Amino acid sequence: MTSLATTTATARRLPRIDLWWVPRGLVLGLLAFAIFGPLTNLVLWTVAERWYFPHALPLEYGFSYWQRVFSPRGNAMESLANSVFVASLTVIVALALAVPAGYALARLRLPLRSLILVAFLIPQAFPNLPVYVNIARLFYGLGLNGTIPGVVLVHVTHGLVYAVWIATAAFSAIDRELEEAARSIGASALRTFRDVTLPLAAPGLMASAIFVFLESLDEFTGSFFVGAPDVNLLPLLLYTAGAGGNYQIASITALLLLVPSIGFMLVVERFLKADVLSRVGH
Amino acid sequence: MTPAPFLEVKKASVAYGATTVLEGIDLAIAKGEFVALLGSSGCGKTTLLRTIAGFVKPVAGTISVAGRDVTRLPPDKRGMALVFQSYALWPHMTVAQNIGYGLKLRRQPADAIARRVAEMEALLGLTGLSRRKPAQLSGGQRQRVALGRALAIDPEILLLDEPLSNLDARIRLSVRHEIRALQRRLGITAVHVTHDREEAMVMADRIVILDGGRIAQAGTPEEVYNRPVSSFVAAFMGAENCVSLAGRVTGGHFAIAAGPTNAPCTVPLAGRPLVDGPVVARFRAEAATLVPADDASAKPEGTLVLSGRVESASYPGGHWRHAVVVGPDTVLVDAPAAFAPNTAVKVCVPPQALFLFSPAGAETAKAGPSAYKSNKASELAGA
Repeated sequence: MTSLATTTATARRLPRIDLWWVPRGLVLGLLAFAIFGPLTNLVLWTVAERWYFPHALPLEYGFSYWQRVFSPRGNAMESLANSVFVASLTVIVALALAVPAGYALARLRLPLRSLILVAFLIPQAFPNLPVYVNIARLFYGLGLNGTIPGVVLVHVTHGLVYAVWIATAAFSAIDRELEEAARSIGASALRTFRDVTLPLAAPGLMASAIFVFLESLDEFTGSFFVGAPDVNLLPLLLYTAGAGGNYQIASITALLLLVPSIGFMLVVERFLKADVLSRVGH
Repeated sequence: MTPAPFLEVKKASVAYGATTVLEGIDLAIAKGEFVALLGSSGCGKTTLLRTIAGFVKPVAGTISVAGRDVTRLPPDKRGMALVFQSYALWPHMTVAQNIGYGLKLRRQPADAIARRVAEMEALLGLTGLSRRKPAQLSGGQRQRVALGRALAIDPEILLLDEPLSNLDARIRLSVRHEIRALQRRLGITAVHVTHDREEAMVMADRIVILDGGRIAQAGTPEEVYNRPVSSFVAAFMGAENCVSLAGRVTGGHFAIAAGPTNAPCTVPLAGRPLVDGPVVARFRAEAATLVPADDASAKPEGTLVLSGRVESASYPGGHWRHAVVVGPDTVLVDAPAAFAPNTAVKVCVPPQALFLFSPAGAETAKAGPSAYKSNKASELAGA
């Protein structure tokens, strides 16, 4: 004990420079640049009035493009409202499917359990473009093209894998005896689910809701083929602005999309506990 | 002894897939009785408890409470409360919410629930902890919350699944007596699963010893301790010393023949189903006495005397425990004073502490009807 204390004391008196910090610092610096370099560029573009090659920095700064985006005639606010509305609906529909599916996958001994879990990955596994072109053709026939329900449906198929996988993990992380304890003192199966299972799974379900929300907010291909031009969403606005060479509008839109993403990322870390994460996909 | 059984398990069998866990369990428990299900791990005791609770469906047989068949009823309709080994307290509820949950389910008014919860907390020494979450409690406190949650609903039957195994040794001893006293005071019928022999002995009115999914013996603690019906039960109840002898049934006695390590002696049969031929003898370390080999004093009638050699001695406290080599076997014998290793000694086992078993199972399997006949004959001779 005493020898340990003395060693720590000597270590404190003589701070040694660890040479390993040189390569570590380099790698960390490069990583920081890779992450924050493009972001800085994006932020610069949002306040650049004039910026062209070969200048490294904008020639003139100002907020006139922000005014244009947020002016009553600009369609950014409408797109934002649409995007949030579609994302919220997508979360509701996806969770309505994922809660029972996740519970069943976590609790019942299904023979093809892992196969069913993988099935939810299929919408992600195939190249998006041909799939959505076909869906668009199908939805034309059904009258769903260019409608909010149509876009929500597309986003649900896309987000369901997150919803179901995380919900399954959240439910299987709950000790079965906690449910049995409720059953044994008189709670029906439904009551047990409401009072014990659901509150305990809530953080995991919240996390899956956030993932679905973000997926829907960012989803482009499906929104483009099924939604445009009737349902205007933020990624479509971003695309139009970017394709038209209007980098300021595109950057401001991208920044708008980034805000909820970063906000949710900070929150989701609180909700996703290690015991749930370790069960994702199992 | 028992009037009409209150909780009755009839010919219950449980199987998980192809493996049979319980086979033809018959058990009748009277109202207010405390029954301990005792066995080593994997013997099916927890499965039997979960079958009674309704979490496991038997493939055959019935379970009834007060004459009502509950075999097909879900756990919440059986009027039982189960206390889990893990306690299974709900982490998102406070102590008061955990204890009061069963009453909330029964739609009792809030003030009645609060009163009952306070009552349970006072009874179990949890006063002042109402607002704590289970994570903020010690192991002993969690155990009492789990018990309080089960008792709050006034269950007809209290099921306990090794509720003491996660407590440290000192608390365990006091909680044993607390649970027992509480069960007596409230007049609850209780079924308690444990692998701890002493715990079962101290707490239960009746002990049911399970072995490989069957009941090996059921009886009062005194019965299973002093009159084990099989070699397994004897060993499980602490008679771990085992020597092979041979003998014959003569009238109401069993005459043990002289062997390479033992003198002949005759012990009363006392209704035991022994047959002529080899027998397995079991006895406890503390029931035998150790004397020097040249000791010539008279032994009480029927005492089995084995000659052996001391191999080693240790002092577990209160007495010396000797490992004595008797022929091919080694037995443990207690003595008030230590014998030096390699001393020639005699091990004396009084007849009431000597458990004899004919290897009947093996013999029946091999010889079939003839063994049955000789068994019958020995019974007649005994009567």
